[in-house]
Amino acid sequence: MSRTDLGMPTFPQAARVSTKDAGLRANLTHATHTIRAKRAAAVAELPDWPRLRAAGAAVKDHTLRHLDHYLLQLEQAVTQAGGTVHWATTAEEANRITADIIKATGETEVVKVKSMATQETGLNEALAHHGITAYETDLAELIVQLGDDKPSHILVPAIHKNRTEIRDIFTRTMAAWGRPAPDDLHDTPAELAEAARLHLREKFLRAKVAVSGANFMIAETGTLVVVESEGNGRMCLTLPDTLISIVGIEKTIPTFRDLDILLQTLPRSSTAERMNPYTTMWTGTTPHDGPRNFHLVLLDNGRTDTLADTTGRQALRCIRCSACLNVCPVYERAGGHAYGSAYPGPIGAILTPQLRGTSTPLDASLPYASTLCGACYDVCPVAIDIPEILVHLRERVADQKDGHRAERTAMKAATWLLDHPAALSATERAASATRRLHPNRLPVPGPGKAWSDARDLPDVAAESFRAGWKKARGARTGTGTGTGTGTNEPKHDKDKDTPR
Amino acid sequence: MTQPAPSTSPGTPTSPETPSSRDIILARIRAALSDVPRTPGPPDTSGIPRDYLQAHVPDDDPTALTDLLAAHLTDYRAHVHRTTTGRLPQVLAELLATRRTRTTVIPPELPREWLARTTGITHTTDHPHLTATQLDGIDTVITGCALAIAETGTLVLDAGPDQGRRILTLVPDHHVCVVRAPQQIVASVPRALPHLDPTRPLTWISGPSATSDIELSRVEGVHGPRTLDVILVSA
Ligand code: SF4
Repeated sequence: MSRTDLGMPTFPQAARVSTKDAGLRANLTHATHTIRAKRAAAVAELPDWPRLRAAGAAVKDHTLRHLDHYLLQLEQAVTQAGGTVHWATTAEEANRITADIIKATGETEVVKVKSMATQETGLNEALAHHGITAYETDLAELIVQLGDDKPSHILVPAIHKNRTEIRDIFTRTMAAWGRPAPDDLHDTPAELAEAARLHLREKFLRAKVAVSGANFMIAETGTLVVVESEGNGRMCLTLPDTLISIVGIEKTIPTFRDLDILLQTLPRSSTAERMNPYTTMWTGTTPHDGPRNFHLVLLDNGRTDTLADTTGRQALRCIRCSACLNVCPVYERAGGHAYGSAYPGPIGAILTPQLRGTSTPLDASLPYASTLCGACYDVCPVAIDIPEILVHLRERVADQKDGHRAERTAMKAATWLLDHPAALSATERAASATRRLHPNRLPVPGPGKAWSDARDLPDVAAESFRAGWKKARGARTGTGTGTGTGTNEPKHDKDKDTPR
Repeated sequence: MTQPAPSTSPGTPTSPETPSSRDIILARIRAALSDVPRTPGPPDTSGIPRDYLQAHVPDDDPTALTDLLAAHLTDYRAHVHRTTTGRLPQVLAELLATRRTRTTVIPPELPREWLARTTGITHTTDHPHLTATQLDGIDTVITGCALAIAETGTLVLDAGPDQGRRILTLVPDHHVCVVRAPQQIVASVPRALPHLDPTRPLTWISGPSATSDIELSRVEGVHGPRTLDVILVSA
């Protein structure tokens, strides 16, 4: 695991800075609200959505419960199909394996299709130490790379940049990386995309090595699946001689048939499309079609620790659709960078502290980067109970021997508020009443402040914390997570259903 | 359970004394799952609920499925044309003229009669040594497909003889895909998978290449073909 985040500020500190950036907030609000509305329409087309969601959760849970079996089956199938399988316990090991494979080809440049796993391992920086340049080829990742920036959203990594900023980045930096931007480049999306097309095609046509992640790995057949929109994925997956795919072990599914669930839920949850423009599936190598050498690097890097946590392990179901980011009031205001890891938003708030542990102040603060409104759970296509895991992780942080006293008291305040709906309503009324006087903070007194630091007041008033919570708890039926009572009664919430 | 020989990762010592990363990860998984009851033999998948719909539209109305496919392809800005087998050569010739195609690449077993009416166009039959750079100089690729999915507006190519290598439908800027309607049209993703072999290279195409990365405005054709023409051919 890359520890480069040790110097990161904690979430509340980072969020306090980013929430003051009016441009960022405007970009984010526009983007998240647009995707949110479109996604709801795409999901509404499928009347069996709750059943697809339950099936998706069950497939992923089943795989995780037999992960050793399915990984061995996958390894055998990939090997039989002409691929080579490597196992990496840590980010460093995955990066080293990848660098060694690239060095053996004699190449010093690779093209990359957007991959959360390689962002998690810090692959590009690691390769740079070996004198290897990794070119990001997803348009948004290109914007981020050329801008010497970091991604801030799973699906739309440059969501925090507007078209003028992108034009300026292209004009300023493209020449240093390859084909320069055209003279007089305007800031229309079509012209910007055309500039990226010309810039990158040059790289695709000469690339000998590509690096990818994968959305799914089918144990039975050894097939890898990548879903994408732009075709840069297809370029990377089919043009070069050597393809290296670095994939978290949790991306395994048992059979080809299981894709019929996930290929219905992922595109609609993610880009709000009935289907994403391109999906590529490949099994090992095929003569005269695609790369001649295929390497699969199976990445642990904290996943087995996550698997050991009987509450937190459901986070490994995540199919990285990013729907939870777009509905999260905290993400909408704080932006993705405040989370300090490859995984922003609600999924980042639960996955990152599990993958990395909670020993740094940043990672210990992530479980508090939430209002527990439950919207993330409602949209999650694999029904991950994010609020439940958040509260669980808060307990873990609070139990840590040293430090984090503020978090411990914050956790108590949160729990107390959950258990005392009337008190919470009073707090919210107070917040509303004094809103003009305290524009930036929810005036929960004392220790509760740490927990509420990243929240913005108008949202509290717009949908009350308790109403959102109630709605979320009430919606929990038929998802197989075993925590739902399906009731709307706060009393039941208190007695039976408050996550512990 | 069959255990293949441990693969050696470059730089990973695999002497009997030092456990390999593979052994470590598998051991960690087994330890992490100590609360999960284990039974010998392959895992039992019967607990996975499969009560979701196999299709969201009626399956037994070929005309409706063809219309739906056309509508959904059009939604994502593919250009849909409908014709009959007899008129296909004429329609194809007119289409290539409209797109100002001068050169095409075709898979080895694309029916030659489809091209009978084209004039003044150089057709290159694909072969394994045709490079990406050479393909980059070709205007149009013409293919068939393995099947098409109406609900999602998706064309599925499986590298069959009338489709060829995956690279063909990627590098040229214009793709013409011929779908036999209604025989090749299925209603839904669950209906499609049983017809497909996952060990063949599969390319699923739903509209032309597109990005929404700049302020979420959809732009066609970042890297793949910018123009996708689909010809639905009935008998
Ligand atoms: S947690 Fe659920 S909603 Fe969030 S990215 Fe993962 S799958 Fe999507």
